[in-house]
Amino acid sequence: MAKILYFAWVRDAVGTGEEIIVIPDTVTTVGALAAYLSDCSNGHAQAFADPERLRAAVDLVMVGFDAPIADAREIAFFPPVTGG
Amino acid sequence: MITVRVCEADFDVGAETERLIKDGVGGIATFLGVVRGDGGLVSLTLEHYPAMTERALQRLAEQAARRWGLAGVTLIHRTGAMFPGDRIVFVGTTSAHRAAALESCAYLIDRLKTDAPFWKREAFVDGRASWVEPREIDATASARWC
Repeated sequence: MAKILYFAWVRDAVGTGEEIIVIPDTVTTVGALAAYLSDCSNGHAQAFADPERLRAAVDLVMVGFDAPIADAREIAFFPPVTGG
Repeated sequence: MITVRVCEADFDVGAETERLIKDGVGGIATFLGVVRGDGGLVSLTLEHYPAMTERALQRLAEQAARRWGLAGVTLIHRTGAMFPGDRIVFVGTTSAHRAAALESCAYLIDRLKTDAPFWKREAFVDGRASWVEPREIDATASARWC
């Protein structure tokens, strides 16, 4: 079980900011998780349509889509940041 | 000394700057970011990733302190709804001499814009609202410090 978080327009598209899911054993990277999640609903499909527009963090550290998710407790997907 | 704060409340630039003065400090550089009210903007809402934000800012502050041998770093970033002219972000760095303070201050605001999990949503006078798109110029400014 892992907690998946969404922020900004990714959350708007998915329709929720947080969900708990069971990640299949075959899904081992952030990119594979994004592809898996995109099949969950039309909203997910819209949010993950263009992975190039997304960034991710695994257990509070920003990572690339090739990063492993083994034992991750919290995985977040969001647009490139725009603070400051 | 490193001070990192993420909060909805406004901050006092004078008090924050004053707090950075201590023995051995010869220069203080500060950056203040405010809401730019152009293009019919009426409000700006800052969303963030609470569990990660302070950690990301702390990490940036530590990197700057190490790289420039700073005496002090203060990073303050507001969240929530803000209006044109409101203060959003404060960066303060101190060192024995000016170069380290000035350079590290520029480094911190450049890197904060690409490494800290904040997202801006703009609302305009005609009722439109949209998430701010990242700017290439910010990515370039951040990358020059690598």
